[in-house]
Formats: sequence, C-alpha cells, structure tokens
Amino acid sequence: MSASNPQTVLEVSGLKTHFHTQDGTVHAVNGVSFDLHQGELLAVVGESGSGKSVTMMSLLRLIPMPPGEIVGGTAEFADEDLLQLPPEELRKVRGGQIGFIFQDPMTSLNPVLTIGRQITEPLLLHTDLDKNGAKERATELLDMVGIPDAKARLKAYPHELSGGMRQRVMIAIALACSPEIIIADEPTTALDVTIQAQIVGIVKDLRERLDTAVIWITHDLGVVAGLADRVLVMYGGRIVEEAPVRDLYATPLHPYTQGLLASLPRLDQKGQELVSIPGQPPSMYAEPSACSFAPRCPHAFDRCFSEVPDLVEVRPGHRSACFWDVENERPRA
Amino acid sequence: MTDLTETPASRTDTEVIVSVRNLKKHFPIMGGLFRRQVSAVRAVDGVSFDIHRGETLGLVGESGCGKSTTGRVLLQLDDATSGSVFFEDQDLTTLSTGAMRRVRPRAQMIFQDPHASLNPRMTVASIIGEPLREHTKMGPVERRDRIDELLSIVGLDPSHANRYPHEFSGGQRQRIGIARAIALNPDFIVCDEPIAALDVSIQAQVVNLLEELQESLGLTYLFISHDLSMVRHIADRVAVMYLGHIVELTDVESLYDNPKHPYTEALLSAVPVPDPRAEDIRKRVILEGDLPSPSNPPPGCVFNTRCPIAEQRCSSEVPEWREIRPAHWVACHFAE
Repeated sequence: MSASNPQTVLEVSGLKTHFHTQDGTVHAVNGVSFDLHQGELLAVVGESGSGKSVTMMSLLRLIPMPPGEIVGGTAEFADEDLLQLPPEELRKVRGGQIGFIFQDPMTSLNPVLTIGRQITEPLLLHTDLDKNGAKERATELLDMVGIPDAKARLKAYPHELSGGMRQRVMIAIALACSPEIIIADEPTTALDVTIQAQIVGIVKDLRERLDTAVIWITHDLGVVAGLADRVLVMYGGRIVEEAPVRDLYATPLHPYTQGLLASLPRLDQKGQELVSIPGQPPSMYAEPSACSFAPRCPHAFDRCFSEVPDLVEVRPGHRSACFWDVENERPRA
Repeated sequence: MTDLTETPASRTDTEVIVSVRNLKKHFPIMGGLFRRQVSAVRAVDGVSFDIHRGETLGLVGESGCGKSTTGRVLLQLDDATSGSVFFEDQDLTTLSTGAMRRVRPRAQMIFQDPHASLNPRMTVASIIGEPLREHTKMGPVERRDRIDELLSIVGLDPSHANRYPHEFSGGQRQRIGIARAIALNPDFIVCDEPIAALDVSIQAQVVNLLEELQESLGLTYLFISHDLSMVRHIADRVAVMYLGHIVELTDVESLYDNPKHPYTEALLSAVPVPDPRAEDIRKRVILEGDLPSPSNPPPGCVFNTRCPIAEQRCSSEVPEWREIRPAHWVACHFAE
C-alpha cells in the first residue's frame, strides 16, 4: 500500500479554519498541512476539539459558514484547489470523487427514504448509470459490504436496520461512485466492539480490493494500530506528530503522543499504572502564539511558551512539532 | 456479618457487602386498543452475584445488555420486577421508601454523563452540599467546610465552589459528580460508565482518582463499563453480561487470560490493542449478526444465535450457571 514512490492524491497546505461565535473566535484549525497518498489509510487521531473533524470537513466546505470561515490554505486534489472550487464543481467532488462516512448513521441517513434510494442517489447524480443500472450497482455495493439479501434490503428504511448494518450502508454509499478518497469521521465510535470489529474487517477487506485512499478520523488509538498505514496526531488545531503507524507506537516523538499512549490501559497487559496527562485541553479562543501542549507538557521550557513549533522531520517520514528532543533529552537545536 | 477481629485484607476476600439473587427487571411494552401490556423488554433477566467489601467488581457488556439497568435496580433507582438485592443483611427490594432513604447515604452512584447529571442551575457548592443538607444535621459553616474538603479531595479548587457546572470541563464535572457521591462517606458506589463521555487523556485522571479514593476511603465499587481495557485495569473481578444475563463471572486474571464463555472470548478478541505489532498477530473471533431483541430473547442459551460453537441443545436448553473452578462461574453447556 505505501509504495516506495507513492502518488499523492491530496495535498493540503496551511489550512486555517475559524468559527466566529458570540464568545469570540474559535481557532479550530491553525495551519494544517499534509499529503494523502494513493490507496493508503491515513488515520487522524486527536481528542474532542483538536480540530480533526473540522480539518476534513473544511476540505469539502461541509462546515456551516457562517459561523465557520476557512481563513487560509489550499487543498490540491486532481490539479485543482478544493477550497477555491465554485459550488457546482464542488458538488461533483462531494459524494463522487470523495466519499464521506459519518459517525452516526442514524442521523446521516435520511429516515424517510429507502436504503436503495439513498445509494442510487449519488450514482444517478455522478455517473451515467440509468435507474436500473444504478439499482444493480446498489445491490452489488450492499453485497460488497456484507449485507445479506442485498436486493431485498434496497426496499428497507434505515430504522429497520441495526446500527452496524446502517454503518455498512453508509460505507456502500461512500463507495458508490468509486471515489479516490473516502473520509471516514469516527465511523465506529457509535458501535459496540463486536460490531466495530465487523466494520473494521470490511474496511480492511475492501482496501485490498479497491485502490481508494482513506482518511480515518478517530480518537481510538486501538483501532488505528490495526488499521492505518500512517497517522497524524492532532492537538489544539495543529498536527503535532506524523508517522508511519509502527514508528508512532514504537517511538512516539511528541510528548503529547507519549502521554496519550501511556494513559491507555491495555487489554493484553495487567497491573500497569495509568500515567495521566495533567491539566485540560487548551482553550481555542486565542490565536496560538506558543505550543498549545506546553502547559501540560513534562518537558516544556521557556521557548515552548513563546513560539509555535513547526512540524519538522526527525526521521524519514516521521515528523514532530516539538522543541524538545525526546531521544536525547535536551532542547532541539 | 462483620467480624471486627478480621484484618481488612482477609475481609476483602470474604465479606460480602452486596448480594444479588435472581434479579429481574422487565420493562412493560404497552399496546393495543386499551394500552395493556402486550410484552416486556427483559432488560435484566435473572442475575445473581456477590460484591465483596473493598473490591471493584467490573460489569461489562455491549449496549443493551442490561448492565446499567442492573446498577440502577441495585440502588433501587428502578424497582426490581423480582429477585432480591441484599445490602449487608437488608433486602433493599423490600424496604419502604423511608427505610431506603436511610440506606442511601451508604450506597451512592456516579453517572456516565457529567453534563446531564449535574443541575445546570445549581452552583457546585449546592450540588455537593445537597446530600449533606438532606442526610446530615450539619450547620452552614460546617457544611461549607465539608464542601471545601470534598473539592480538594477530588482535585478541584475550593475557591471555585460558587461556579456553575458549565464553567468546568468534562473531566472536572465528573470530579464534581464524584465529590457528591462520596459526600456522605458511602461504603458502596455504583460507577455507571464514569469515563465513557471523557477524552482519553482525561479518562486516566478520573480512573486514578477513583482508585485513590477506594484506597483512602475503603470504598467498594460496581464499575459498569463497555471499555474492557479499562475494566482490566481497575477491576478485581469481572462479570460479563449478554442480553440480560450474566454469562461469566470470575477474577480479572482468569477472565482475560482464560475466558471460558464463547461470548467473553469473542468480546475480548474484538477489542483493539494500541500496538500495531500486537494487532498483526492477534486472532479475532468475529461474531456474526446482531444482538437479538431483549423483548424477544432466543430460547435456550441467549447467545446461541451468534455463538460459533452452538449445537442443537443450546437453542432448547438454558445453560446452568455453574462454578467450573472455585470462584469461576460460567453459563455455557460446553465450558469445562
């Protein structure tokens, strides 16, 4: 999947998104840059308010504007800047070349339309298929995501399906037009673990068959470990660490990532002590002028409180936004 | 029941503080022309277990398995349909409201959602002070001191006592809920998914606080959670629920290292581990299908519709709740 010379399908640079609220401006995304390679699964990990969802929503301008505003940045996809596309062009991308899977299939599926209608909708909109062709393709898609008796299910309404089945339908809709990218926003968070395992299994299986790049937004470092090729860790509206999945877990470089991994209990280990990260997540009202993790960081020194660290490559493919050199336990030059 | 000559350590092993016997909670489904009961959701359908003084009993299972209902019926927040809940030697299901009121200070609850369980119009001081006003004869000054003390115990600044819940973060709000729960020096606390609504970096803070309080105040917990990794960390013994039944109950080590019920095995194997190398070599038991409806549970063993090893007898014969090894209970025909 992550070939030696991977082709970049999406290049995001300097993305900034603000929300103008009564209480002030929320600096949700503060300069996010990353590449997405063809066919890879890129996990975006962070806690609530870290900006992971807003970043991805901003790319397709799915945030409510106002109060939201994309203040700056570019997102290059198929030789065009998504952020500058006129609305009718953007509609062709949404649900066509870029598919979306949302967290809660109960609120993102339309309760009064049949499953069949909702899967065929993007097909009729974005492809040349006629009604019958779309129906056939819809049956094929439901089959692909492991829904038994697919043809009959086309006539079902969302409430007639279980949570796991609904999420399969969401995946089928996202896959409908053979997109180049699928953005999945916490797709298994609302599901029980045994159902989550089913969905993760389906996604793994589909990735082997299709060459779709997936951006998987989650707060669950467990799911990421078994699924992702590469991981972005977000904190305070910025990417603080970026690494291939094995490197991230084996040698996390950012103190936030280290803290997060240390605070996780593990099913396969006993008697470990949980090291909690002290303090609270940052307030997003102020424009960041320092490392937003510094107040909670065990290694913070004066520079961390006066300057925003850039994301720099420490090892091949492994980047960290931190002034502290965790390996040599000294400030980075 | 309490032998004062025993040491705390040995009491942990023996003395039972809560004893649940064949507890059932069915929620009626009304229907038809005269809104009569046509059926029932069998949320809890005959569970029995003991909780020992000083221990943490984990109660795990997926949504809809009846774990939260069990916790609520235990504290009589919902009436039991049948069965009994002994707290020390009193059967709580038979107590009058007044008598139950006298038990309440000793058995408290911490709720899942600190947004919904704290009254947004009350200050922190009045939220924590409420149980003190209701159940003690403390004067205003004494009460204020106790509130300050409780706030410091749970790691909050006593000078914030006059603030409202919305001024606190999720983790801090859960600390307020904990302060309220320990205000009356309880013996027993039902923790109902106390960390499920919190961010990962805050979960460890709250769990560590619960562990410290257990140590310093000698608390007994029923820790209800769907987070099997956290339960492994915090619990001494664990009960696994499926569709209103407890299918396995044993000490934490045996359960995680050597599960005997096929559901426990599948559940544990489905939990992802935050380590790519471990994930690569793990074997998953993927369960087919979905949870049956608790209003129409399958006959025989409740798990038979999804069980990878089910045979004919499983769909007709209810498995016996057996002690297959000392203190290892399983409800499966094939566990040995």
